[in-house]
Amino acid sequence: MKSRGKQDVLMVGVGGQGIILASDILGDVALDIGMDVKKTDTLGMAQRGGSVTSHLRIGEKVWSPLINTSEVDILLAFEKLEAARWVGYLRPGGAVIINNMAIPPLSISLGTQVYPEDEAVLGSFRSATKAVYLINGTEQAAALGDVRTLNIFMLGYLSRFLPLKITDEQWQKGMARHLPARILDLNKRAFEAGRGAAAGVNIR
Amino acid sequence: MSKSRKLLSGNEAIALGAYHAGVRVATAYPGTPSTEILENMATFKDLYAEWSTNEKVAMEVGLGASYAGVRTLVSMKHVGLNVAADPFMAAATTGVHGGLVVVSADDPGIHSSQGEQDNRHFARLGRVPMIEPADSQEAYDFMSAAYEISEKYDTPVLFRITTRVAHSKSVVEVDMGALRAERNKFFHHHVEKYVMLPGHARLRVPHMHSRMEGLTELAEKTKLNIIIEGDSRTGIVSSGVGYEYAREVFPGASFLKLGLIYPLPPKLIKRFAGNVNKLFVVEELDPFLEENIKAMGIKIEGKQHVPRHGELNTGIVRRAAVKAEIIPTADVAVEAAATSNLPGRPPLLCAGCPHAGAFFVLSTIGKRAKVLDAGGKSEKESGLIITGDIGCYTLATYPPLRAMDTTACMGASIGQAIGLVKAGVSSKVVAVIGDSTFMHSGITGIIDAVYNDARITVIILDNGTTAMTGHQDHPGSGMSAQGVPTQKVDIARIVEGAGVKNLQVVNSFDIKSVRSAIRSALDSDQLSVVIVRGKCAVTNKERKNKRFVDQDVCNDCGVCLMIGCPAIQKRDGKVYIEAGTCMGDSCGICQQICPKKAIGTEGKVDK
Repeated sequence: MKSRGKQDVLMVGVGGQGIILASDILGDVALDIGMDVKKTDTLGMAQRGGSVTSHLRIGEKVWSPLINTSEVDILLAFEKLEAARWVGYLRPGGAVIINNMAIPPLSISLGTQVYPEDEAVLGSFRSATKAVYLINGTEQAAALGDVRTLNIFMLGYLSRFLPLKITDEQWQKGMARHLPARILDLNKRAFEAGRGAAAGVNIR
Repeated sequence: MSKSRKLLSGNEAIALGAYHAGVRVATAYPGTPSTEILENMATFKDLYAEWSTNEKVAMEVGLGASYAGVRTLVSMKHVGLNVAADPFMAAATTGVHGGLVVVSADDPGIHSSQGEQDNRHFARLGRVPMIEPADSQEAYDFMSAAYEISEKYDTPVLFRITTRVAHSKSVVEVDMGALRAERNKFFHHHVEKYVMLPGHARLRVPHMHSRMEGLTELAEKTKLNIIIEGDSRTGIVSSGVGYEYAREVFPGASFLKLGLIYPLPPKLIKRFAGNVNKLFVVEELDPFLEENIKAMGIKIEGKQHVPRHGELNTGIVRRAAVKAEIIPTADVAVEAAATSNLPGRPPLLCAGCPHAGAFFVLSTIGKRAKVLDAGGKSEKESGLIITGDIGCYTLATYPPLRAMDTTACMGASIGQAIGLVKAGVSSKVVAVIGDSTFMHSGITGIIDAVYNDARITVIILDNGTTAMTGHQDHPGSGMSAQGVPTQKVDIARIVEGAGVKNLQVVNSFDIKSVRSAIRSALDSDQLSVVIVRGKCAVTNKERKNKRFVDQDVCNDCGVCLMIGCPAIQKRDGKVYIEAGTCMGDSCGICQQICPKKAIGTEGKVDK
């Protein structure tokens, strides 16, 4: 049932991290290169601070907007605990890119629950795939001058993993459509930095 | 170039489809997952769009516009149609002049609602047609069909979507040149159609039944209903997003894809059934299609295998198909095991939320002690019962605040508080309601409390916006849906005008005032109202002087953690304030409540 260029991308994290924007850009770029695209965001009642997930499906023809368990080709996680929730969605051999950042929910501060150890999170993914990438996205975005470029940095990193032919120009066009002009250049640099960070890694 | 391909959400596609169908009046009250429809309509400057006070008013305004001969769109969430049920049934009875389409956005799985209900039943109740799109392309295309049906059959048309269709983006080919010309606006005097005296209404009812006969004929031949020929072993009947899941799970099967889901086409269904060995219906929520098809004497399977609640997805449909012996067990994937006992991340009141202080006061005033540690369920009545309402502030139910005992529907807090007091509970009862919810349906409750001398306290949390659904304007905000400044409706004057004598208005970030106002209101033996006013943190850009914990002074008493502020965290036994999240001078609640005076602005901590 796998069609040409089929990619199921799941982006997860915490409200306020810019996840929806990142998946909007990828969705538009995929549409631009002639693919069918479906995208669905699950926000629940989340104001800022709740869990956010964005399902993005790319293919010759996409039916369900939701990705099923064991189907995700690339899981892009902006926060470690949020990554851990979605282990069951990764297909065997799929890639998982995790931003090395912990945003503890309130229950951790109140002492009623414990934040999972890195090894537990990474270990659960390693049972499904060898392609586990823990990256210092927040640090590198901050080094660019604004930590809010994390989403575009992550998108740049992810771009190396897509088996789709997308030109630099198409990425830039996609970013320009969704980002205000005054922060566009900064975000283009964040995209290049993310792409650069993934250049050295052995992808799957 | 008149055609273009866009990635649109179902809600965006509905708005564009309605605009291209010539809609000139659009009304709504915000409610997930329907909100973006009116937000998008409001961007078209050559039509009139309004946030109505509530869904009932939205429907009435829509009905008036339709009577004027104008194509009209009324949109709301599923429970909104409960509020609007009275004028909706009236619209079903009188019929329309200009096309009237009513969008009902259902929320299977309860992503952001107080309940789950299948509004397809409203079509049968109102004897009106219902159209259901499966993706954004259909949401766009079906709009013009809906208006043609509405005008031809003299009926409002229900346009049912679900969260997954409303909020998913998919590719839409848009015909940008399709804008329909404006019609003449006129209202004609026709009492037997528009004045529903019993004698006139009796004349309308046969029309409602005969239009359903005509619509059934239409359902047999409309392009909204299609057959996709495939494998003759299994025939799938489906509509809405269920169809998308089914197409993926049963790639070779035969399909009867319904877009006009009420009334159903018996001949078409019988013909389809005759060509396949087994008929299987894939639909979310109630067995609506299934029971209607069974009533035609056709054998069909569905809900004995498919769950009756929550959203579907391809995994659920696949497992149901295994149970129904349509596909083999091997087709169901085994998923990798997740780490167990992961902490949840429930949504929270934001850092700097103007509601947090009032809830902090309510939960620490001493009367809630019996329920604070009870984990959400206790046989004991607390000294203070808090009836709640619908909005961001419902989140105060969660720990550490635990400052809400009930939430039912829009405006219910006040009526419930009256009921508790009149039933004779020994505790004090306070109702908590937001400003937009108060406008929506709190006003009648206040009037009831005045009229019936209900000695309750009502706290109106006024943040000047409809925050929960994404900051839509409302009658108290001073701005229309289309960005035109308008007269602010003053909540305090409404309360006073209703006859409330004990009214206080306080600044939500001045904890001393909030506490003394709530205390004096609770001590009063008459009906009392406290308006707690402060700007919503999300719309507030002002965040100077972030707060800071002086670790030398802090004795880890944990009082500041009781606010439930996401910026106040504890790591390795130390409480600290995350500067990126803190709202600084816009809030300052933690500094005011810290018993050790350990919180201040950086470098200026009061030692």
